[in-house]
Amino acid sequence: MLKIRDLNVHYGVINALKGVSIDVNQGEIVSLIGANGAGKTTLLHCISGIIKSTSGTIEFENNDITKKNAKDIVAAGITQVPEGRRIFKGMSVEENLLMGAYLRKDKEGIKKDLESVFERFPRLKERLKQNAETLSGGEQQMLAMGRALMANPKILLLDEPSMGLSPLLVKEIFKIIIDINKQGTTILLVEQNAKMALGIANRAYVLETGKIVLSGTGEELSNSDEIKKAYLGG
Amino acid sequence: MAKNRFTKTNFLWLLLIIVSYFLINLLINIGIINKVYQTVMLTIGINIILAISLNLIIGITGQFSLGHAGFMSIGAYSTGVIVKQMGGNLSSVFIGMAVGILLSSIVALIVAIPTLRLKGDYLAIATLGFGEIIRIVIQNMKITNGAAGLVLPKLLDWKLVFLFLVISTFIVVAFTNSAPGRACISVREDEIASETMGINTTKYKIMAFVIGAILASIAGTLYASSFYVIKPDNFSFNKSIDILVIVVFGGMGSYTGSFVSALLIGILNTSLQSFADIRTIIYGALLVMIMIFRPQGILGNYEFKFSNLLKRFNKKEARS
Repeated sequence: MLKIRDLNVHYGVINALKGVSIDVNQGEIVSLIGANGAGKTTLLHCISGIIKSTSGTIEFENNDITKKNAKDIVAAGITQVPEGRRIFKGMSVEENLLMGAYLRKDKEGIKKDLESVFERFPRLKERLKQNAETLSGGEQQMLAMGRALMANPKILLLDEPSMGLSPLLVKEIFKIIIDINKQGTTILLVEQNAKMALGIANRAYVLETGKIVLSGTGEELSNSDEIKKAYLGG
Repeated sequence: MAKNRFTKTNFLWLLLIIVSYFLINLLINIGIINKVYQTVMLTIGINIILAISLNLIIGITGQFSLGHAGFMSIGAYSTGVIVKQMGGNLSSVFIGMAVGILLSSIVALIVAIPTLRLKGDYLAIATLGFGEIIRIVIQNMKITNGAAGLVLPKLLDWKLVFLFLVISTFIVVAFTNSAPGRACISVREDEIASETMGINTTKYKIMAFVIGAILASIAGTLYASSFYVIKPDNFSFNKSIDILVIVVFGGMGSYTGSFVSALLIGILNTSLQSFADIRTIIYGALLVMIMIFRPQGILGNYEFKFSNLLKRFNKKEARS
């Protein structure tokens, strides 16, 4: 579904991604783990068209989207939940959710998706008219995910959804991720919480200083000695 | 969702406009608002248009522009030159206004496309430079009569300023409440998140910038045909700062705030006129106080709405 080949990204003279190639197939959960500064967010921003690659190709459903702008990429069915939630603070919860459907014109579909977001995140419905700024961290993460789902994406890019949340909430968020995937949305998950990310992934990649150093099924990587040492604490 | 345009609140707004029109008319006719106060009123009205249009750019879209006086001068000089060429009648003012709108929107586009990629301080410096360029160009052109400026007949009274004030307010409020307006607010709150929602952030920044520039140019036209003389110095960097002060003082993102603060600052300036020496000191001290005790401005981002008033009224009725 998503096919990235030999992707290079430079920030000035710094080579942030050095020939990254990954595949995401329809219906999968693919995790991308790595330390700070490995290039995980850069890769997601590059897929979303927020930053431009210097070379390499990104194909989505057999269409080349490498040079497309952010708007067309969202319209094609790729939506990102950015790192640190990045909800719109001056707006209510409802307005935030509707911003997610900004490009859509089908009023019926938007209404239906709004209902299903409420079903998945009942707490958002309780806080519908509240300023999004007043939500707790976990609720903000839910809002960011709900907002992305309002775009009705084929593939959801999640950037560190566990960041700054309590272990209990992390579990809940991951449960929701699995649930979203079961209902037919493909997921590319970027995480520092390697244990959780490998636990739910069909396949996973390890990114280190801009290069993919390891790949395999979630189980394979969880059992690999290297990963255990570097990411799972022995 | 089909929008009903004949709602109670819209009706109340219309009523407010009509009542204030007749009230001002009455006060002028019975002589309470004399010639001096009428000038103050004109200044306040024009300043409100400038402030709400800058508020659209700074408060709603979050782009820090310091070149607003530049767009105002485009409107003022377009009108001034055309009035001079055509002889002073009201239709030349409107032709001047139309030319001003056209010119300022073209200039705004040319300025916006490269500069709106900049952020924060850089954008402020770039727009500041633009404002100065416009002023210097006007200062050195023959048709604008250089630094001496143009002397114009007074061609309109407060009624037209009132009319354009209503129209400008309607434009900014309607734009802010529309889908593109919402996109502008999302750009202010978080550009990356907006892009991940598929919002073309550059497009909406340019849109807000151009609408703001057009309204500033209209304010310039009103200024040129109300105050007899226009000089390049009227539209210097200081003017941009004056407008910015009104916006920040009233609250960034609140049009109601811009109204209130333009009114307060207008009244303050007039009442301090006889103490010319200490006027700027008091003015400065007041600004410092506001920034210390209410950094979000007088009204923050509060917006006056009749619907809220009605709700409160209904609640009170239910209680008693």
